[in-house]
Amino acid sequence: MKRPDKDKSPEQVSDLARRRFIKGLATAAGAAGTVAASGGAWGGSTLSDAFADFFQQHYQRMNKDEIDAVLERIERQAKRRYGVDIDCRNTPPREGVVFGYAINISKCRGYRDCVHACVEENNLAPDTQYIRVVEMDHGSLDLRHGDHYYDHDTVPVEGKYYLPMQCMQCDNPPCVKACPVEATWTEPDGIVVVDYNWCIGCRYCMAACPYQARHFNWTTPDLAPDDINPDTHYLSNRPRPRGVVEKCHFCVQRTRNGRQPACQEACPTGARVFGNLLDPDSEIRYVLKHKAVFRLKEELGTEPKFWYYRDA
Amino acid sequence: MPESKPTLLRFVLQSLGHMFRGPPAYWVWVGFLFALILLGGWHYYLQLRDGLVVTHMTNQVSWGFYIANFTFLVGVAAAAVMLVVPAYIFHRRDIKDVVLMGDTMAIAAVTMAILFVVVDLGRPDRFWHLIPGIGRFNFPQSMLAWDVIVLNGYLLLNVGISFYIVYNHYQNKEPNERRYFPWVLLAIFWAISIHTVTAFLYSANSGRPFWNHALLAPRFIASAFASGPALMAIGLQIIRAISDYPIRQSVINHLALVATIALQVTLFFMLAELFTEFYNEGEHAASARYLYFGLDGHAALTPWIWTAIALLCIAVVILMIHPLRHNPIYMNIAFVLIIVGVWIEKGMGLIVPAFVPTPIGEIYEYTPSLIEVMVSIGIWALGFLLFTLLAKAALPVHCEYLRRQQAREQCNWDGFERRHNAD
Repeated sequence: MKRPDKDKSPEQVSDLARRRFIKGLATAAGAAGTVAASGGAWGGSTLSDAFADFFQQHYQRMNKDEIDAVLERIERQAKRRYGVDIDCRNTPPREGVVFGYAINISKCRGYRDCVHACVEENNLAPDTQYIRVVEMDHGSLDLRHGDHYYDHDTVPVEGKYYLPMQCMQCDNPPCVKACPVEATWTEPDGIVVVDYNWCIGCRYCMAACPYQARHFNWTTPDLAPDDINPDTHYLSNRPRPRGVVEKCHFCVQRTRNGRQPACQEACPTGARVFGNLLDPDSEIRYVLKHKAVFRLKEELGTEPKFWYYRDA
Repeated sequence: MPESKPTLLRFVLQSLGHMFRGPPAYWVWVGFLFALILLGGWHYYLQLRDGLVVTHMTNQVSWGFYIANFTFLVGVAAAAVMLVVPAYIFHRRDIKDVVLMGDTMAIAAVTMAILFVVVDLGRPDRFWHLIPGIGRFNFPQSMLAWDVIVLNGYLLLNVGISFYIVYNHYQNKEPNERRYFPWVLLAIFWAISIHTVTAFLYSANSGRPFWNHALLAPRFIASAFASGPALMAIGLQIIRAISDYPIRQSVINHLALVATIALQVTLFFMLAELFTEFYNEGEHAASARYLYFGLDGHAALTPWIWTAIALLCIAVVILMIHPLRHNPIYMNIAFVLIIVGVWIEKGMGLIVPAFVPTPIGEIYEYTPSLIEVMVSIGIWALGFLLFTLLAKAALPVHCEYLRRQQAREQCNWDGFERRHNAD
């Protein structure tokens, strides 16, 4: 069963976006530049909202009223910037839940439906993708010789297998240790999140991550208003400001409401198993118990909550 | 010159006065630096306006030219101890006379290092998040939090000690060694710590084998003690040439000797690293292969690193042959080679390869953008200006003190000014 590979490599997209951006700057110091500047770091704020942005406390230091005010401000800013009514919530983690993910690599066909679903669900900028599917040679697990940007007419390709990667939500995350201002941390449900309003953009977490799971907003994310998913969470897919780091968050806005992550729902082959590691009857626990699983770079002691397995 | 009561206000005013008085050559130099700072400032404005997208950094190579310069400068700042130790621990009178210039250079270097981190931030407006108490400081977990503490602490220590000494000299008092010696001792350990912590910042990353080894910190210290004294020796010779400040040749020779030994150790460390990486070459050596020989047809840094190695080898040969080391021309050539060589090796040669290939095997090459280069030039100019102004203010006070205390020959910038104005 082969299907068209409609993907464009993020490398190409990113390169295009950058070239377009630089060109815009060069030709008319106005056009692209002004949009970037006014949309800029404030995200199209009024002065009072900009002040509130500047003095906003760390997420974990705010009480409920303060967080509610922040959520309202975020919705206001999205309306002003994109003309879209978003709903930004702060759903807390559920008791007794720690999320984990397992991928059946003998089922993955390299379609990248997960990649696209993630981009749409999480309001990602055109040059950002949380999930990458690496095309690997049979008989090797060497990522360096895998193709991160395969672009064939049809997939899968003979002699290859496909290895999807995203944030591993490590139980011992080097990125969290690295952050000098505690702008990133592990939530009680095991998800490593970023406070986009606290991150200073030093990118030390990106240097620390062994899985290349973190992405930086080199410029203000260029979102098309029609494509914006209005169902958002403070710690996940709300529109991001520029100059901060973001990453996969297991779709906090969905999974805390009992739904599956967008990538899991999108997968047409059923290669993705997502669930509560603390529930002994969950599918993911079944996989861990009955399949021969492995994790990437386990020797680094990062304890990923992201497993791979094969059938038979 | 202090005529009446030497108060703090008078001291500050007089220092400012010294900074704003000088012969035309001084103003040309200051104006030149100022122009470069404005140029850098303009390009930093462009970066603020449009975001870090104007750099050539990517998600793959997420640190570049700024962090490279930062690393080099931390080394220069740390190397001030190569004057402080012989001056205060071994009581070398000749070195004690110039140790103030070492502190001044450390102040300028650490200021530049801090600025290089600031311009690298995606959100400099949130700088206050780093201030303990108001912000939220991930200490002692984050090595970057450690670095913020040691760098700012080192800056404060050097400013404090220098100020105390100069102010006492201004009041024509002997600085009370019992009061400031504990701080000097602290500053010595602190200097080693700034470079160790900065090395740990990199070697802590187990996902990046190019950094993640125990030799990184020793190598940092060794190359810092080569490049720092070289830069300091050149600076001192320039000051000696344009002022009457009594800088003995023995001081320069001391610095040359330190640089020689440190350079030998540096080259030995490099050799040890090359052997370990390549004898049984595995995936861990991919970054080293990229740096030294190129990887899968990508080799942007290869010519640079071999240039650096060649420069350092020539320098070590010059410095190891005694007649050449004692020849001012050859000695200064060696100093320049060391500075350039270490700047390449420890800057771009240390930072960029750790990101190429990425931990999951992508290869993206990096060369700085024009904006990155311009902003960096601006910061370097700012550092030079800071050093110039501080030295300009401190030297006359210091010389006056030396003249009165030891009846030495009159030595200050005024002498320089008179001479030049008479021309």
